[in-house]
Amino acid sequence: MNAINNPNSFRNGPDGTGHFGDYGGRYVAETLMPLILELDEAYEAAKADPSFQEELDYYLRDYVGRPSPMYFAERLTEHFGGAKIYFKRDELNHTGAHKINNCMGQILLARRMGKPRIIAETGAGQHGVATATVAARFGLPCHVYMGSVDVERQSPNVFRMKLLGAEVVPVTSGSSTLKDAMNEALRDWVTNVSDTFYIIGTVAGPHPYPAMVRDFQCVIGNEAKAQMMEKEGRLPDQIVACIGGGSNAMGLFHPFLDDPDVQIVGVEAAGHGVDTDKHAASLTGGRPGVLHGNKTYLLQTDDGQIDEAHSISAGLDYPGIGPEHAWLKDSGRVDYVSATDAEALEMFQLCSKLEGIIPALEPAHALAHVGRVAPTLPKDHIIVMNMCGRGDKDVFTVADALGVKL
Amino acid sequence: MSARIDRRFAALKAEGRSGLVTFVMGGDPDFETSARILEALPGAGADVIEIGMPFTDPMADGPAIQVAGLRALAAGQTLKRTLELVARFRKTDADTPIVLMGYFNPVLNHGIAAFAVDAAAAGVDGLIIVDLPPEEDAELLAAAGAEDISLIRLATPTTDDKRLPTVLRNTSGFVYYVSVAGITGAGHMDTDAVTAAVKRLKRHTDIPIAVGFGIKTPDQAAAVARVADAAVVGTAIVDRVGQAGDDHDAAVSSVVELVKALADGVRSA
Repeated sequence: MNAINNPNSFRNGPDGTGHFGDYGGRYVAETLMPLILELDEAYEAAKADPSFQEELDYYLRDYVGRPSPMYFAERLTEHFGGAKIYFKRDELNHTGAHKINNCMGQILLARRMGKPRIIAETGAGQHGVATATVAARFGLPCHVYMGSVDVERQSPNVFRMKLLGAEVVPVTSGSSTLKDAMNEALRDWVTNVSDTFYIIGTVAGPHPYPAMVRDFQCVIGNEAKAQMMEKEGRLPDQIVACIGGGSNAMGLFHPFLDDPDVQIVGVEAAGHGVDTDKHAASLTGGRPGVLHGNKTYLLQTDDGQIDEAHSISAGLDYPGIGPEHAWLKDSGRVDYVSATDAEALEMFQLCSKLEGIIPALEPAHALAHVGRVAPTLPKDHIIVMNMCGRGDKDVFTVADALGVKL
Repeated sequence: MSARIDRRFAALKAEGRSGLVTFVMGGDPDFETSARILEALPGAGADVIEIGMPFTDPMADGPAIQVAGLRALAAGQTLKRTLELVARFRKTDADTPIVLMGYFNPVLNHGIAAFAVDAAAAGVDGLIIVDLPPEEDAELLAAAGAEDISLIRLATPTTDDKRLPTVLRNTSGFVYYVSVAGITGAGHMDTDAVTAAVKRLKRHTDIPIAVGFGIKTPDQAAAVARVADAAVVGTAIVDRVGQAGDDHDAAVSSVVELVKALADGVRSA
């Protein structure tokens, strides 16, 4: 990457100790510190080994189904009547979301490190399914921690993970949702230090996870760049992605960070509204703090206790965000906006009807931003939105929200 | 760096015995009962007191201490109230060292420098911040040092010889050796492994070594007391508070009863 030679690049982070400016770092218990350092070394060695990337490329192509298409969303473009809208179709990946890009990278690293046991946390279950999938593919035992509240509301994914041979461990501590599942996975790791590899699902956690997960997800942005050059002969004017922890967004954004003419927009989940106490917009409504191994923006009380997040999308329902996003917000390179439950629901239905694509509720948030700005932009303005997951998993939630009995 | 901690360990050495470090969650089950428990601990035989600063997401703690923190938070405990607990304790006891133990976010949220000043004013002697490794603690180390508060670091079975100097550098008061790779209250302590670990630590430092995680009974406390400078008990004490339910008098008497037995164990070693 020539960015390394450019001191003004937005792509140089993190520094040697895992910091993006003041964010990131390694805030973990001493028991985990040696493991984190070992992982860092192993990942650096893998990155420098061409055979690792070759192996990853092979599985991404023949197992995951990459590259994912760049699709011109013609009818939505007509409907909004302004900017030209493209979808990066990461919902067409095996398992139906971008999550597997990262899981494949991490499980190959786990094999390289000789770690025979896999653990993961999951909220909506997408990361859990992707982890269970790669664990099945490579024959490794897998434990997925999932808040008991999420186990209830995402039962199809729970069954899917079980079919794939994973053990789903319901977490009843704290608020019994994603953040508690992550606490419990960390507790497992602290207890099983010698044989276990923890596959974190987003660009958060202690260094090297935020950088490593980003690197594995950058395949999205790298493909998007090449596909835009092929289709339009130029880069897009704007790229858009939804943000919970922020891995699909970071994967799309990162390769474009040093292209100053490309506007970059991240869309957080505003739940019932960022001015209420029921949202998941850590950047818009939170403050810097430390949780789950990194310093970043968090939803928290005046006393520094972690607040519950709320979003109709279980995948965005997390009170923190990846530290690189925190840094990109402060630096001003990326604009962070939000979309409510109601806006996402509306876009979920609109996209299904007009494009024949049932989006996950997560990218439906990104589409809400696209729907707001596209009508105000000229017809030669190109927007690329990451369609990071398909919506089959959400049909029960949406039916419930619309008052439809299935 | 804390004079009170250093004096206490010097006195234990002069007595020729090991110490008992007791952990209780600040504000558990409520502020008033927690204050009464703290006041009773020195008389029951606690040589050093650790007070947990409740946090919603205690990622290194087992179920007992998690639940204790949530009980305290539900009863209105905050970081400021925990400092008030210490100040109140200091009115009745000027000598027993107090170590606050918890997670970094509430401290960061309070303001690192302000926290050190407020903690010192309340009578705090040491800090254990579980999720703040040496790599990230420069700011707190400086702030605590300026107030003569010791930053006490954890060493664990995974801390190898290569890493040990990093952990021990700038540690003062005592070193807390976590005897089991795992969460608080889980696992079984292996006395032989602890003996070997303490010997290894002693090769690297002259600071007193306290050993915790997995000590539940007076016999186990005695076994640790034979090889380390102090034995730390947390989960077993916190469990007593939980078992007492709404009977707050019982919480106090049950904790006192256990601490007396543990102290007898330590003193018999």
